[in-house]
Amino acid sequence: MIRRDEFASIANNGLWKQNSSLVQILGMCPLLAVTTNATNGAMLSLATLLVMALSGAAVASLRHLIPHEIRIPVFILIVATLVTMVDLAFNAGLHGLYLVLGIFIPLIVTNCIVLARVEAFAAKNPPLHSALDGVFMGLGMLWTLSLLGGLRELIGAGTLLSGIELVIPGTHALRLLPEDYPGLLLASLPPGAFILLGCLIAWKNWMEARAARAKRPPLPHSPSSPAPAAAGPQG
Amino acid sequence: MHGPQPPMPGTTPPAPAGVIGAAAMARCTALILFVFVIVFTGLLAGAYRLTRPAIEASAREEKMRLINEVLPPGSYDNDLLADALALPATPELGLPDGGQVLRARKQGRPAALVLEAVAPDGYAGAIRLVLAVGADGRLLGVRVTQHKETPGLGDYIDPNKDKNKAHPWIGQFAGLSLADVPASGWRVKKDGGRFDSVAGATVTPRAVVKAVKKALDFAAARGEALYAVSAKEQP
Repeated sequence: MIRRDEFASIANNGLWKQNSSLVQILGMCPLLAVTTNATNGAMLSLATLLVMALSGAAVASLRHLIPHEIRIPVFILIVATLVTMVDLAFNAGLHGLYLVLGIFIPLIVTNCIVLARVEAFAAKNPPLHSALDGVFMGLGMLWTLSLLGGLRELIGAGTLLSGIELVIPGTHALRLLPEDYPGLLLASLPPGAFILLGCLIAWKNWMEARAARAKRPPLPHSPSSPAPAAAGPQG
Repeated sequence: MHGPQPPMPGTTPPAPAGVIGAAAMARCTALILFVFVIVFTGLLAGAYRLTRPAIEASAREEKMRLINEVLPPGSYDNDLLADALALPATPELGLPDGGQVLRARKQGRPAALVLEAVAPDGYAGAIRLVLAVGADGRLLGVRVTQHKETPGLGDYIDPNKDKNKAHPWIGQFAGLSLADVPASGWRVKKDGGRFDSVAGATVTPRAVVKAVKKALDFAAARGEALYAVSAKEQP
């Protein structure tokens, strides 16, 4: 079983401290391409979450059987099999959305975050921990990509959750800004994703710097003490 | 796929000398990899078999949904997808690699042709269209199936993206025929024709109008021959 503090640490790592998009800056290609709205970002994250949870559990269960020298081909084999199964399941169950996400589902194989977590975490930890690590890494990606997608479509077109009807038939996108909002094309195009991602990273670093300042009381008689270093992107 | 690899210096923990030879270990590693490949290939094959019926059904449904947008469902009574005719390379429709024509019939008599067409000269590459031409030469409907036009600018040719929901741009074509509109009318208004366009994005509608006109010419010239060939006769 899993201890409470282990659970908390895995959750915190995935959601915030080692957030795949904001800290590790991994998976930029799908991030740029699919976050044109919140729905696509959320659905691709869910597919990635599923792959990461399953591959984490699979690799962790098999970790004593995999010789060290061939671990990378075996990991890729496991991840690629799971991605193809998720791809087939999407195609069968959510065909409309499958057409939108298209090539990006098979490309989950090449998303470094999946292999990175398998190699860095699942190869050294028990299955339950590894599956949870995959789930929380995926949830971290989920909130980041949904927020980014939501911001992009809100600024770009004034709507939220467009394309939701492909996931839940009968629903429709929310129009948050007035009908005559001209839209800001930049936000819908890939450069807009980079600019907004930069803003999100800056916001996260600012939050962390503020938290670090609050934890460490200002030292007396040292007005020129260096500010606590903000957590920068790693990797 | 992966042959036996000699253990690379530095990557493997040193094996107890003399217990097992390097060659035996490589064979063992290769065997393990082979077993993994077999097991995961089996899993994939199973997933493929399980999802295939659903995937085929949703592909059919998707195709019918598109066809029903250009062709009123009550206007024919045959099984459209079964009455398909493969076209050889057809430059008139912008299909250098050939395509497909569906024949809609009512009580055995020709009702409409569902054609694919490609406008090669969109602002950002080819625009794929599907259109239905009635047996009387009237356009029943046109839809864009694939395009790369600028989001928010040229993408109004897709009724889902068109801001004018009541009268989407693509709806202008419905009901027109070569008899109603003289050859000079098959242009956007800016070029002296009868079709509207949005200021600042004229290249896109120009390409679509041209492709629709060419498809109508094709249907007029070849329509009767296309209805006559039975689906079984085709090579």
